[in-house]
Amino acid sequence: MAEFLMPSLGADMEAGTLVEWLVKPGDVVKRGDIVAVVETQKGAIEIEIFDAGVVEQLRVQPGATVPVGTPLALLRGEAEAAPARPTSPEPVAPTVAPPTAAPAPVAVAPAPLSTPAGLPGERFKASPAARRRARELGVDLAIVAAGPDGIIEVADVEAAMPEMTPQAVKPRFDFAEMRAAIAAAMSRSKREIPHYYLSDTIDMAAAEAWLARVNGDRPPARRLLTGVLFVKAVARAAETYPEFNGLFVDGVFRPASAVHVGLAIALRGGGLAAPAIHDTADLDLDALMSRTRDLVARVREGRFRSSEIADPTITVSSMGDRGVEVLFGVIYPPQVAIVGFGKVVRRPWIVDGSVTPRPVVTVTLAADHRVSDGHRGGLFLAEIGRLLQTPEAL
Amino acid sequence: MTDEDIRSVLRDELGRIAPEIDFDRLDPSVDLREQADLDSMDVLNLLTALHQRLGVDIPESKAAALATVDAVVAYISSRRSGL
Repeated sequence: MAEFLMPSLGADMEAGTLVEWLVKPGDVVKRGDIVAVVETQKGAIEIEIFDAGVVEQLRVQPGATVPVGTPLALLRGEAEAAPARPTSPEPVAPTVAPPTAAPAPVAVAPAPLSTPAGLPGERFKASPAARRRARELGVDLAIVAAGPDGIIEVADVEAAMPEMTPQAVKPRFDFAEMRAAIAAAMSRSKREIPHYYLSDTIDMAAAEAWLARVNGDRPPARRLLTGVLFVKAVARAAETYPEFNGLFVDGVFRPASAVHVGLAIALRGGGLAAPAIHDTADLDLDALMSRTRDLVARVREGRFRSSEIADPTITVSSMGDRGVEVLFGVIYPPQVAIVGFGKVVRRPWIVDGSVTPRPVVTVTLAADHRVSDGHRGGLFLAEIGRLLQTPEAL
Repeated sequence: MTDEDIRSVLRDELGRIAPEIDFDRLDPSVDLREQADLDSMDVLNLLTALHQRLGVDIPESKAAALATVDAVVAYISSRRSGL
């Protein structure tokens, strides 16, 4: 029997509030499945499970706040003999230990404003899938008309979407909490990490021409953004320069075995998150674009996964086309480097001895001087610039 | 489909991306990206939604010119009427 524990999603996290279970006793889960939503200082996080097996028992009810490390559920390993698993969707009382004085679901405290409606125990009858969809869309189940059987299904939730005023779609963030989390991480960074900063200018003519050609005959849904080239180039360069990719923990730098770029994503109304795109260097540009699109959409809705919070090995922050020319990053501890891109600008540039207008971008590196030095940092930035000259090979 | 219908789809889709924006208070002749604080991903998502809902091709080469509400409505209207 394995225990599924309240995870630690950062050194500063002491407790989390279980918002919702996405599994029920009897469900088969595999490593990486999203099984629960937990509200933390960083917002509502979708929690993935690391073991495979069958959910035996849920030990914490939605609404409860418990310390990191508290068992949330019991999991029976696949190899373990299944004790007469009920076939009905409603599991019978668990045969092992009874729930530990868990409050009845109806005793859930009033949901905080930042939490969407649709938690178990409400008066709306809705299928689990419908509740999940409502949560994704930010639809309040109170405005959803149920089907003929009185139960709200996914289609009912989606049908209610167009009638919602934009104000009814609430982000799942507590911005004050997020600001506090950013403050804690950045204060620690500036207190503990001796940053050094480097900057270089990259000719973007080849990348722009290639993007225009590739995007030219694609529908908008399949187009690539410049930022994806930046992220891929950083990931590839980080494979060559491992001292910028990893974590500094307990006085020791531990290089990471894979590159999980943390992508800095600004939120409307303020705030910022930098969740991981796993195995960034192994994704082709189309896959990276769709992962980026998905991640940005989910993060702005306030839905990201526990591994996305915990796993970044280096951060990329890109200003986009309406930003400024140069971005000096602050390292997100315990990472050891952040690469910043300004907006692409047109500047007089010397090509083959002549001055010519050219799209260029300023790339910066803020890196941890305990781990690396400026010489290697310069080579790292030069490698990023070199990779961007052959975008088709990224 | 009238211009008002197109505007209504645009209002709808912009509302998903920038829920706090009051569409009716936007200046239809001023750059939408500036008024609604849209980044390149937001703009791409908006174009994707317009393409999918209205069935109008929006080539990359035209995308940069579709910066205002007026420009979007005029472009889609002209494409739908086959002009």
